[in-house]
Amino acid sequence: MAAYRSAAGFQRVLHAVKTFDKILIANRGEIACRVIKTCKKMGIKTVAVHSDVDSSAVHVKMADEAVCVGPAPTNKSYLNMDAIMNAIKQTGAQAVHPGYGFLSENKQFAKRLAAEGVSFIGPDTHAIQAMGDKIESKLIAKAAKVNTIPGFDGVVKDAEEAVKIAGEIGYPVMIKASAGGGGKGMRIAWNDEETREGFRFSSQEAASSFGDDRLLIEKFIDNPRHIEIQVLADKHGNALWLNERECSIQRRNQKVVEEAPSTFLDPDTRRAMGEQAVSLAKAVKYSSAGTVEFLVDSKKNFYFLEMNTRLQVEHPITECITGLDLVQQMIRIAMGYKLQHKQSDIPINGWAIESRVYAEDPYKSFGLPSIGRLSQYQEPLDLRNVRVDSGIEEGSDISIYYDPMISKLVTYGKTREEALKKMEEALDNYVIRGVTHNIPLLREIIVHPRFVSGDISTKFLPEVYPDGFKGHMLTAGERRELLATAAALYVAAQLRSQKFLGDLRVSVVPAESRQWELCVELDKGVHMLGVSRSGNNYTVEIDGEKVEVSGEWNLASALLPLTINGKHRTLQCLLRTAAGEITLQYLGTSFKLRVLSKLAASLSKHMPEKVPEDTSSILRSPMPGSVVAVSVKPGDNVAEGQEICVIEAMKMQNSMTAAKAAKVKSVHCKAGDTVGEGDLLVELE
Amino acid sequence: MDYIYQVRLTTHISSAIGSLTHALLQNARCYSVSHLSVQERIEQKRKAALTGGGQLRIAAQHKRGKLTARERLELLLDPDSFVEYDMFVEHRCSDFGMEADHNKYPGDSVVTGQGRINGRLVYVFSQDFTVFGGSLSGAHAQKICKIMDQAMMVGAPVIGLNDSGGARIQEGVESLAGYADIFLRNVMASGVVPQISLIMGPCAGGAVYSPALTDFTFMVKDTSYLFITGPDVVKSVTNEDVTQEELGGAKTHTTVSGVAHRAFENDIDALLNLRNFFNFLPLSNKDPAPVTECHDPRDRLVPGLDTIVPFESTKAYDMLDIVHGIVDEREFFEIMPNYAKNIVVGFARMNGRTVGIVGNQPKVASGCLDINSSVKGARFVRFCDAFNIPIITFVDVPGFLPGTAQEYGGIIRHGAKLLYAFAEATVPKITVITRKAYGGAYDVMSSKHLRGDVNYAWPSAEVAVMGAKGAVQIIFRGKENQAEAEAEYVEKFANPFPAAVRGFVDDIIQPSTTRKRICRDLEVLASKKQTNPWKKHANIPL
Repeated sequence: MAAYRSAAGFQRVLHAVKTFDKILIANRGEIACRVIKTCKKMGIKTVAVHSDVDSSAVHVKMADEAVCVGPAPTNKSYLNMDAIMNAIKQTGAQAVHPGYGFLSENKQFAKRLAAEGVSFIGPDTHAIQAMGDKIESKLIAKAAKVNTIPGFDGVVKDAEEAVKIAGEIGYPVMIKASAGGGGKGMRIAWNDEETREGFRFSSQEAASSFGDDRLLIEKFIDNPRHIEIQVLADKHGNALWLNERECSIQRRNQKVVEEAPSTFLDPDTRRAMGEQAVSLAKAVKYSSAGTVEFLVDSKKNFYFLEMNTRLQVEHPITECITGLDLVQQMIRIAMGYKLQHKQSDIPINGWAIESRVYAEDPYKSFGLPSIGRLSQYQEPLDLRNVRVDSGIEEGSDISIYYDPMISKLVTYGKTREEALKKMEEALDNYVIRGVTHNIPLLREIIVHPRFVSGDISTKFLPEVYPDGFKGHMLTAGERRELLATAAALYVAAQLRSQKFLGDLRVSVVPAESRQWELCVELDKGVHMLGVSRSGNNYTVEIDGEKVEVSGEWNLASALLPLTINGKHRTLQCLLRTAAGEITLQYLGTSFKLRVLSKLAASLSKHMPEKVPEDTSSILRSPMPGSVVAVSVKPGDNVAEGQEICVIEAMKMQNSMTAAKAAKVKSVHCKAGDTVGEGDLLVELE
Repeated sequence: MDYIYQVRLTTHISSAIGSLTHALLQNARCYSVSHLSVQERIEQKRKAALTGGGQLRIAAQHKRGKLTARERLELLLDPDSFVEYDMFVEHRCSDFGMEADHNKYPGDSVVTGQGRINGRLVYVFSQDFTVFGGSLSGAHAQKICKIMDQAMMVGAPVIGLNDSGGARIQEGVESLAGYADIFLRNVMASGVVPQISLIMGPCAGGAVYSPALTDFTFMVKDTSYLFITGPDVVKSVTNEDVTQEELGGAKTHTTVSGVAHRAFENDIDALLNLRNFFNFLPLSNKDPAPVTECHDPRDRLVPGLDTIVPFESTKAYDMLDIVHGIVDEREFFEIMPNYAKNIVVGFARMNGRTVGIVGNQPKVASGCLDINSSVKGARFVRFCDAFNIPIITFVDVPGFLPGTAQEYGGIIRHGAKLLYAFAEATVPKITVITRKAYGGAYDVMSSKHLRGDVNYAWPSAEVAVMGAKGAVQIIFRGKENQAEAEAEYVEKFANPFPAAVRGFVDDIIQPSTTRKRICRDLEVLASKKQTNPWKKHANIPL
């Protein structure tokens, strides 16, 4: 890994120069761990802060010291400035790295640090304020000759004004939180009705996420790419651009897959964007690492979107292609050192892809949060050119209080093709059990022909999956591979269940039958299979086609590294029951199969059909979260699609609507309740 | 279809007989006509026995979503392993027209015999609902008794597949006698060979007491019922309106009454699960717990366990997470998963060897012991002890549940059952205190004092008479500064040291090493020999 290969080099250089003795990391999870790693390399002592539920989190274990700053809710812990200021005093930390999110772009926090003489590893308050306010930032950008999007440069007072302004700019429009970022408090509206609704949601979300409900409206550029430029600036007026990151694959305005460089930019556009980004940085006297986000339309026109005055989630891919350690650069800059590099020193070496692995269900609007305990967890770190930035480990809880990100999986290659191949392998070898995760979606995106050819936009997901994500669609050949693997597992399990060690009362088991006749069900399709075994090699005959399955595995291994008809495949067995159910993760997607003996299969037809619960009259929580509002009471008549209640999870508000027109029979939740996935909310008649 | 399965089932018999018949037919001229007619009658009777109550009734059985008695056996047992007994037995009733030929069915209303499950011997009976609704005649009972007697002599488990409308009313007291004969054998076999009942249809009246006497009762959802008296009688006696399902369905018995230990989706699901379950059990009380091939490393560390116990001692966690993490391949066959959920019991394997797991469940009612959980735990512990299955106990118990409901219900005598069961058990006993071990419940949960062989504490363990708050209120009654006193108490007692310095726990271990330690201990304890004083039988507080 380029970024990490050069780490040893840094260490030598860095011990020679004076740095901070102790840094407090005002964050949690993977980014806290990421910052601590660099601090360790630089010989800097670290202080972690944590909420009570995070007391045994990885970042706490990694740090030299740890201070509890409050209970689980973020506004009482990670956003609790008083407690964090106390932690700084208590531990004598000289500087604070804020990571991303939480207090990273909070000028109040930066000011308080400055007042105490503690260095903020990031830009100064002026830049945070100027760029943090979308209205002000747009004005500054315009002045710095940066291309900007047409829109209303002021705060929108209410929903009606929003409708009026939207009419002037012309639909579609984007309503977003002035203080916002990360897609929170952001809604797109195509008509007046949606504008009113969007205004209401955005202001609520903005208030709960940022404590600031000011909104603005601008022209929505349809079908753009989201490409951002990483900049690095010191306190001496020097600034560099570290090339771009393509972040177009998004769902609900949150990034899912990122890559560096972009397939779309030619050197001229790249330079033009880089230079504008640098001129904006200079215009606000920016120091530290920052990111200038652009929307790029199909004709390579680019428009300034916003500047993020912090380390971005997706910074590792820039590190991979440039060989720089951005956290180390930020620390140096905060110490007042000049930039070490010139623009001409900044290379694009190879290609890097980042997949954001989330604890969420990709089959529900491309990802609704899921929670749980990581009962088994194994990162694919034994593969070369794979970097995993995570802040969790086996046994960690993914809770409703924080971002549901499990890790950032980064692969690197000399070419894009190589990096993508490596990503396939890394996703297949990633073991995550206990929570629902989005690997099925990630695995599909990176092999989709449109993605592979670089034909993407921020609309990629809704365009490619107009009816929602449904998992991998098996080809006939893949289907056979899957069936054959399930059959091999079944036979191996059956054979093992006949082996009793040292039991003299077991009759000699009749010689293993040479041929197993099995019936395997998959997606309502039923297949008759013939299986024969020799050692670890299974020959499976399916509809006249032979499939050979071999490999070194056993029934306890989490990964099944198989050779199927000569092709190398890594599958995972997620479930195997006595009744023949086998769930396999294959090409990212998990498939439910059922393997039965021929006899059991032939008798299955007599088994009664179980009638599933009628769900149209029952509204259940699709995810764990808290109830923000309930809009109905028993006896109310609701129309199909009418909002029934609003659930907030991981700071996102989700409107729950009626599946049919009906009368409300009973309400099982009230505002403020915490609900789990599948909990009954409202019953209709 | 039906024809095919019949032929397949009896391959081993009919091929032998077939060749014999063939030979006889070849030399037909040399033999007398009467001899041939015996052969024909044998064939005829066998054929009739295989068809049970006839194709119409078989179709009706299928329509109810149920398999026939023979189909069930075929699924339960290894292919071609079934050896049938008493195919020619017929009922002996001559009243109410029962003596008529068309009312005689060879084998009567039950199929009995022995066979193999994964190569291991088992005796089975499967009641045939297509013959007189599976009702129990004297002959039917006699067939069951025969295989039970033999099972006890050779030392092999008995599995009963119940699907019977009840007593054969036409036979009167003969049928009742039959039940009693079976009950007696259930009692005699108890603790000698494992006995399992799978309820696959109705099982009502006196018939219910046979499953109740066996070690495990499993049910099939939606198609099986267990009750003393059906909804009609209930209505006429108590005027309650209740459906069959509500009164005695699988859900009722696995969640409310605790009569059944587990329920399965349908006949196939139940029988396949039963095969799996059978692999955990020893064949008899003279056989060791079975050891199967194990691929899960015995010294595997379980890092997730180091963080599983929350810092606040009032916060819950799932004991099943600990169990799944420690046992082989996360495979845990839970017994009574939906009843008295504040205690978790079931079978698993450690390095291939069957073990019984008992654990308090902090997620439900804080893991306290109450009447139902004590009884659930006690019966399970006694089964393990009777059949040489080591017991691993995970302790996180805040005490016995207080309140009038519990006291009036007799928590004292019911709680005593669990205490009794752990105390009398002589199989290897390993105990891990994961967090709270408070009060009398500490003593009960396989403590050192009840002959625990290896007792561990995790660093999060708190062994004390009660929680800090309660203790301080008593010790420092009326004093000010309760908070300070509480802190002192926590410092002194809310940790594993008081127990460790006295040798009441053998070691304080890192949670992630628990699997490794238990696997090692089980190897050492495999040769454990301990006997209780001679007695006619003990007197457990029932």
